Amino acid sequence: MSEAYIRLEQLTKRFGEFVAVRQVSLEIAKGEVFCLLGGSGCGKTTLLRMLAGFETPSEGRVWIDGVDVTDVPPYERPVNMMFQSYALFPHMTVEQNVAFGLRQDGLGRAVIAEQVRDMLALVQLEGYGKRKPHQLSGGQKQRVALARALVKRPKLLLLDEPLGALDKKLREQTQFELVKLQEKLGVTFVIVTHDQEEAMTLATRIGVMRGGEILQVGTPTDIYEFPNSRFVADFIGSVNMMAGRLSVDEADHARIDCPELGATVYIDHGVSGPPDSSVSVAIRPEKIQLSTERPSQKDNVISGVIAGVAYLGGATRYLVRLPTGFLLKVTEPNVLRHEAHFQKDEAVWLCWHGSAPVVVTR
Amino acid sequence: MNERRSLVVLSAMVFGFAFLYLPILAMMVYSFNASRLVTVWDSVNSPTIAWYRELFDNTALLDAARLSFQIATTNATGAVILGTLAAYALDRYRLFKGRGAFNVLTTAPMVLPEVITGLSLLLLFVALEQTVGWPRGRGAVTITIAHITFSMAYVIVIVKARLATVDRSIEEAALDLGARPWKVFAVITLPLIASAIASGWVLAFILSWDDLVITSFVSGPSSTTLPQLVFSKVRLGISPDINALATILVLLVTTCVASAGIYMVRAERRRLRDAQMAFEDGV
Repeated sequence: MSEAYIRLEQLTKRFGEFVAVRQVSLEIAKGEVFCLLGGSGCGKTTLLRMLAGFETPSEGRVWIDGVDVTDVPPYERPVNMMFQSYALFPHMTVEQNVAFGLRQDGLGRAVIAEQVRDMLALVQLEGYGKRKPHQLSGGQKQRVALARALVKRPKLLLLDEPLGALDKKLREQTQFELVKLQEKLGVTFVIVTHDQEEAMTLATRIGVMRGGEILQVGTPTDIYEFPNSRFVADFIGSVNMMAGRLSVDEADHARIDCPELGATVYIDHGVSGPPDSSVSVAIRPEKIQLSTERPSQKDNVISGVIAGVAYLGGATRYLVRLPTGFLLKVTEPNVLRHEAHFQKDEAVWLCWHGSAPVVVTR
Repeated sequence: MNERRSLVVLSAMVFGFAFLYLPILAMMVYSFNASRLVTVWDSVNSPTIAWYRELFDNTALLDAARLSFQIATTNATGAVILGTLAAYALDRYRLFKGRGAFNVLTTAPMVLPEVITGLSLLLLFVALEQTVGWPRGRGAVTITIAHITFSMAYVIVIVKARLATVDRSIEEAALDLGARPWKVFAVITLPLIASAIASGWVLAFILSWDDLVITSFVSGPSSTTLPQLVFSKVRLGISPDINALATILVLLVTTCVASAGIYMVRAERRRLRDAQMAFEDGV
C-alpha cells in the first residue's frame, strides 16, 4: 500500500523487562476511523501514546503522511489527542481551552476568535465559551475536549476511550455525532477502546490487540463473522466455542467431529487444514435456530433441553443442554409481540446453516 | 438534640478555646497596663497606650523588625523558587539517578535538630569565607541562606503534594497542542500549583520570621533579628513593651488568617453554585 497515510513499522515498546507493544506493523488510510480494541494492559494505550509522541518507541518507525515522525516531539507533530480524562485546562475558560493550540502557532487574535467560534458551533457549544470546565457537565466537557483537539485540523486525531466517561444513553447519541463530525472534517481518527460496541459503531476498521500484539485487523464485519483466532471470536460478542477434529476437508465442504456436541459440524466451504488436525469451531448464538419439530435439513441438527431462559426485550437468550452435557448459548430475536417462548426443561431441536460455523486453529 | 449533651459539648468548646486563647488575651490586656511590673495591674492609670508609643520610638526594635521582614521575604521567595523546582523534579522525573537520595536529603532539614543545622551552616560559612572570601562576615546574607536551606524543605513537601494531584494528562494535552515544555510549565503547571506555592511562601515567611536558634549561629554583631532582640530583652526581665509588640503581631496574623478564611468560604460557595449550574443545564 503506497497510499498509506499512517504507517507503523515493527513498532516495539519496552518498559524495562516488560514488553508493552511487540513488533506492531500497521497501515491506516487517510480519512479512516481505526479502532484499537483490547482489554486493559494489551498495549493499545502505549501504541496510541507512541503515535502522539509521548512515548519513544524502543524499536521501529512511525510515518505520518510520508514523514518519519518517530523522533519528533509531541509539540511538533501534526497529531492531536483527546484524552480519556478530557484533560481540560481547569484555570481557563472554554474559549481559552479551544484557542490554546492556535495560540501556540502564533495566529492573529481575530483569526483565532473566528476559528474558536466556528469550532464551538460545530460541537454545539455556542454560548458556553465563557464558562470554566468545572461549570460544565460531562457531555459538555467531552465536546470541549473534542473541539480543542480538532481546532488545529490535525492530520491525525487520537482518541483515548472517547466515550468512556459518559453514561449509556449519552454515549449512544455521542457515538453518532462523532461519526458525523469525522465524515464532515475528513480527519483520520485512531480510537482506543475496550468497549467492542463502541468499536463496532465508530470504526471503519478494527485492530484487536492482546499482549502487545495486534491479532487481527479488519472491518467490523470481518472481525465478527470471520475471527482468525479463538481470542478474537471470544472477545467480540458472544460465541459457542467447541474443540473438534477435522475429519473431511474438500474444496466445497468440510466436516468436523465435535465430541462436546456429540455430532459432526458441516461447513459449506473447505478449510484447507492438515487432515485430522485439532481445530476449534465457533458458532454465534444468534446463528442457531430452535424448533419443537425436527428441522428438515440433514446436517447440523442436534437435540437438547432448555436449561435457562433470559428475556432481554429485543431478543431472548437460551441456554440449551445437549445430551453430552455441553451447554450451548442460543439467541432468538423477538420478532412478534405475542411469540411463544420456549420454556425451561422443554425438549428442542437446534440447527444452523452450513455457513454459520467458523473454524479457528489458534 | 439532647439538652445535657449539648451543654457538655458547649463547655468543652469553651474550655478548649479558653485554654488556647486566654493567655494571648491576657497578654493583650496587659499591654495596656500602666505599671512597669508585668504581673501587677495598675488600676489607677490603666489603660494606657504608653508602651505602644515607646515601641515606636524604639529604633533598635524597629530596625530588628525591618531586618526580620527583609530576611523573611527574601527567604520565602528563594525557598519557593528552589523548592518548587525540586518538587517538580522529584514528582515528574521518576527515573533520574540519585532521585531517592535527593528525596531524602531535601526533606532532612525538617527533622534535623536546629542546633545541628545552625552549627553546620556556621562551619560552612566560616570555611567559605576563608577559602573563597564570600560571604564576607556574617549578617543578613548568611541568615537568609541558612533560612532558605531549612524552609525550602517545607515548600518541597507542600508543592510535591499538590503536584501529585495534578492530572499529568493536562500537561500532556498542552504539549500535544504545540506548547514547548517550558511554556507548559509556565502557563499550565504553575497556575495549577499556585495555591500550594502561595502556602509555601507564607509558611517559609513565618518559619524565618520567628526563627531564633539557627539565626543565632549564623548572625553577626551588626545584624539582630526581631526574635533575637525580644529574646535578649526577655532575659533581662520582661518589659511591658514586649506585650505591646506581641499584641500588634497577633492582630496582624489574625487579620491575615481571617481574610484567607473568608476568601475560602466564598470560593467554596461559588464552586457549589457552578456545579449546580452544570447539573441544571445537563447534557
